[in-house]
Amino acid sequence: MPAATLPPANAVSRETSSPAAVPRDNRHGWRKGKSTLASGVSLACALIVITPLGFVLGYLILKGASSLNLAFFFNLPAPVGETGGGVANANVGTFVVIAIASVIGVPVGIFGAIYLTEYGGRRFNSVVRLGADILNGVPSIVWGIVAYALLVNHDVVLFGHTIWHKGFSTLAGGVALAFILIPMVLRTTEEVLLLVPNGYREAATALGINRWRICVQIVAKTALKGIVTGVMLAVARIAGETAPLLFTALGNRFWSFQFHGPITALPGEFAQGFAQPIAALPLQIFSYAISPYDDWHRQAWAAALVLILLVLSLNVGLRYLTRDRVVRVMTKP
Amino acid sequence: MEPSPATTAPVSTVTATSAIPAPVQDTRPAFDAQNVSIFYTQKPAVDGVTLQVPSRSVTAIIGPSGCGKSTFLRCLNRMHELVPGARMTGTIRLYGDDLYAPEIDPTVVRRRVGMVFQKSNPFPTMSIAENVTVGLRLNGVRDRAFLRERMEQALRMSALWDEVKNDLNRPGISLSGGQQQRLCIARAVAVQPEVLLMDEPASALDPIATSKVEELINDLKKNYTIVIVTHNMQQATRVADQTAFFYLGKLIEFAPTRELFNNPRQPQTEAYITGRFG
Ligand SMILES: Nc1ncnc2c1ncn2[C@@H]1O[C@H](COP(=O)(O)OP(=O)(O)OP(=O)(O)O)[C@@H](O)[C@H]1O
Ligand SMILES: [Mg+2]
Repeated sequence: MPAATLPPANAVSRETSSPAAVPRDNRHGWRKGKSTLASGVSLACALIVITPLGFVLGYLILKGASSLNLAFFFNLPAPVGETGGGVANANVGTFVVIAIASVIGVPVGIFGAIYLTEYGGRRFNSVVRLGADILNGVPSIVWGIVAYALLVNHDVVLFGHTIWHKGFSTLAGGVALAFILIPMVLRTTEEVLLLVPNGYREAATALGINRWRICVQIVAKTALKGIVTGVMLAVARIAGETAPLLFTALGNRFWSFQFHGPITALPGEFAQGFAQPIAALPLQIFSYAISPYDDWHRQAWAAALVLILLVLSLNVGLRYLTRDRVVRVMTKP
Repeated sequence: MEPSPATTAPVSTVTATSAIPAPVQDTRPAFDAQNVSIFYTQKPAVDGVTLQVPSRSVTAIIGPSGCGKSTFLRCLNRMHELVPGARMTGTIRLYGDDLYAPEIDPTVVRRRVGMVFQKSNPFPTMSIAENVTVGLRLNGVRDRAFLRERMEQALRMSALWDEVKNDLNRPGISLSGGQQQRLCIARAVAVQPEVLLMDEPASALDPIATSKVEELINDLKKNYTIVIVTHNMQQATRVADQTAFFYLGKLIEFAPTRELFNNPRQPQTEAYITGRFG
């Protein structure tokens, strides 16, 4: 658009031709001082933001790096009383619980956001938005209690069949984290979908494409990288959640999923696994940290380092991968 | 199947069948709008317009800003329904079919009546080729050979084929502004609508790109009925067979273009084309 790139000629001439509008006194120095002060303060604030991350990372490396080795990654925890052992089951457990939470939470969050931006009415949307914002502020331990009440504390009965037996379980852990994931994914996805210019929706509508296809194949696809970024940030957030898992996944010093027997038994064993308590890094860190053993304290530091590196690499990696599309959505018409 | 347009080079005729009908040969008026009013609020944005758009010709709509040109254009393919609360009264027939009959699906209307917008808007996630075929693909056409044929045909009709034939896989938004607008026209004609609506299609383009789009409009009218909104009266005289002048939501005058500009019947028309307002 040539009009946008050309400097507005009249604006320039107005400033230079009417010097009376801007009084020229000796306050130039004062103004410059104020500007320096303002930028100094913002720099300080920016440093305050980044400093805790530096400290946490530095301290974790100091305390945990010495206990990190391959065995730590690939071994089960040692029997109580013995030193050594690792967090293999907690690594896997963290991934399994996050996977369950994502399978439940990501579609609900994304499709909910699509409904809000593409279909919903203004009043309904503001109610849902307010709801999601409130849910985002609910302490995560509450979600642990909710999942506890739903799946740990009583059987789930549907049409007279007991479809779920109560008890601490992988599934309950995943559900608790899904509760945290849903409002976060919903809100971030909604923000990105709103960035998609209306022109694309109009163009697609004018081609006689039906609404649902426009939402998924045009709008969501255009915003895909932004959606992925939002989802990954939310996933990184739940990766470190401890409180909701205390009531649900509980923790486990052994594998929750054990595959023995013929391949035909696999689905059954899998279902069994989901009904078992499962280990997760935050839980492992928690139980090691409050234990009386020095060796466990060291392992807690190391596990914390593993967890934060995991979250950090997830964040940095995805930000790198998704950097251009988000910018493109925001700058191109 | 009708003969392909003779724009730049002979184009092979489409052999595969599709769900989307080809342009009809019909001597009836393309659009027959009777007493059409459109409301966003209490006050009508378009007020009792009765207008018959002849088939296979270019009809321009001119008028000062805010007089309801875009609104009227959009109700010709029910695009105004995207605005929450917009209402329309009166009837519009497309070759005799009531576009607003209760059993009519608006997506079908929009397949018959394509639209090109002021701001070119190729889909940013799609290549040039994908942009052209998107209307077919997302309406369920899978046949690759057929898609490829339609794509080439549409790009030729839009006078873009020679410029892009060697990089059909480049992103659509990597083209220049004028090329992007022709890509959007190709995208619209690829679904073979019966009518093309254009809302100031050249107002964001430089003179060379504009003249290309105008040439294109002249070519397209062999196969299509075109309704174009323009702010540029020279453009109306260059491309349009007949011109409608809107003022404050009302149709003031509708006449063959030369007649409207050379001896307008209404004083408002005369005032507008001589530049006394608008
Ligand atoms: N989405 C909308 N919501 C409410 N009012 C609208 C909307 N779009 C248009 N209007 C109103 O309808 C009237 C006609 O608008 P329209 O866009 O059709 O004008 P136009 O002739 O196309 O003007 P321009 O030449 O500036 O594009 C204007 O008064 C405008 O304020
Ligand atoms: Mg307009």
